[in-house]
Amino acid sequence: MTNAIEIKGVFKSFDGKRGRNLVLDDVSLSIAAGTFVTIVGASGCGKSTLLRIVAGLESADGGIVLVGGKEIAGPGVDRAMVFQDYSLFPWLTVAQNVLFSRRLSANKYDNLALERDAEEKRAASLISLVGLSASQDLYPSQLSGGMRQRIAIARALMSKPSIILMDEPFGALDAQTREVMQDLVLDVVEQEGTTIMFVTHDVEEALYLGTQVVLMSPHPGRIDTIYDVPLPKKRDEQMRIDPQFLQLKRTVMERIRDTVGLSLDRSAVGSIEAGA
Amino acid sequence: MSVSTTRAIWMDASPLKLDGPQATKAAREQSRAKRQWRLRGTLTSRQYALYAFLGVATPILLWAFVNEAGIVPKMFMPGPLDVLKRFWSWIANEGFAGDLTISVQRVSLGFLASLIIALPLGLVAGTFKPAEAFLEPAMDFIRYMPAVAFVPLMMLWCGVGENSKIAIIFVGTFFQMVLMFADDVRKVPMQQIEAAQTMGGTRREILYKVIFPSAAPALLTTCRITLGWAWTYLVVAEIVAANSGLGYSVLKAQRFLQTDKIFAGLIVIGFLGLIQDQLLRALHHALFPYLRRQ
Repeated sequence: MTNAIEIKGVFKSFDGKRGRNLVLDDVSLSIAAGTFVTIVGASGCGKSTLLRIVAGLESADGGIVLVGGKEIAGPGVDRAMVFQDYSLFPWLTVAQNVLFSRRLSANKYDNLALERDAEEKRAASLISLVGLSASQDLYPSQLSGGMRQRIAIARALMSKPSIILMDEPFGALDAQTREVMQDLVLDVVEQEGTTIMFVTHDVEEALYLGTQVVLMSPHPGRIDTIYDVPLPKKRDEQMRIDPQFLQLKRTVMERIRDTVGLSLDRSAVGSIEAGA
Repeated sequence: MSVSTTRAIWMDASPLKLDGPQATKAAREQSRAKRQWRLRGTLTSRQYALYAFLGVATPILLWAFVNEAGIVPKMFMPGPLDVLKRFWSWIANEGFAGDLTISVQRVSLGFLASLIIALPLGLVAGTFKPAEAFLEPAMDFIRYMPAVAFVPLMMLWCGVGENSKIAIIFVGTFFQMVLMFADDVRKVPMQQIEAAQTMGGTRREILYKVIFPSAAPALLTTCRITLGWAWTYLVVAEIVAANSGLGYSVLKAQRFLQTDKIFAGLIVIGFLGLIQDQLLRALHHALFPYLRRQ
């Protein structure tokens, strides 16, 4: 299988209050085409920065990123991105948001009328795929947070990207909506066959969605462990309480705590209460 | 938006439940009055209009009372009716239409000149860091020089004709406008810009198709605010150096001790500002339907 994304020896640092702050330290990672890779880690582990480097929104200080075998130079239509929030254009309706890319010169047309027609059909089918056909003429401000993220996903799929990069896309949603959205993303990915790189701080989300879970450790950001998720490709709600799933969730969460060096001594809490 | 609406409905609904069917009419009236004065409470549009009317009527009644009681000599403070009469004769015999036209023309030209140059500069300064560094500290310095202090210089440079008035309005609004436009543009969420970048947008396309439309409501609000300032500088320019216009009429009225005309002039200028403000609000409402409360 070919690798959709190949990250080789990437370094990145930012200017901090106390001099240069190393965020990514020699990070290498290969993501096979058609896989769903989730990235978890404590805050400050550089997971979002890594995603943004793959998107071309940040540039690495060292190392290279190959997408489809070619080194990237800035953002590209082969890599769509879904942000946590505020990425929809509030002055455009749902349908206009999904069709936004046609306003850009990056879309070149051989036969304008024919391709525009096909585009409109694709937009309509994507909007119905995310279950918002009835709302296609509404503005984003008229939608709930979950509906807005559905539109962001439909918009990302519009240009048939080989890769979708997701930066905590459900981080601002309530727990129930988040679970619905996770199933939606799985269905959509299955239908479109897109490679996904998905950053989250929610371990359960990472395990439920990912075929592979990449755990990063902070200060400086490094790849710590890569877990293969031992679940069938087709996920369903029941797997959230599967003993194997819960065991892996526990393992990953403990490992994240270890990477921060934050193992809370709970007996100490008890002794404070006893003393008081 | 939707959150605050829900909350307002909830706050309205809960006391009604407590009242129940057996509550007397008087008790209900009382609770309704209390609700108006609740912290961050709400008013119906009718109640709002009532309070607004009282707010306007009270000073006019006070004014009429002071006048009738003869506390202040009529020469210094004419009554509301005197001012109305005077305003009528200004319209009929003293060339009000001409004064109004020339003033509106000066404000429009000065404001438009300012807008046309400030808008591209603001867009660029709010988008590109080097442009910000080049423009903003310099503008910040100049805007602290009072526009009024430029009057002598503008008269030397532009003469006593129309250009000097337009120049003063320009100086009074331009530098502020650039800084405020740049701020409006900087408030466009980075995620919108980055989303367009990942869709293959070029810098130019993103500037025109994302940043400008995204900032447009804020830019129009800035126009509304600065247009108000343009009126202030117009009156300054007309009082200092003009022989026509509303500001000049007020100054001339002072020379002839026509306090009633001074009052009329001030009220007219206030009304013009109010009308123009409402027009721009209506334009904002019409241009940006997606910002309306749903």
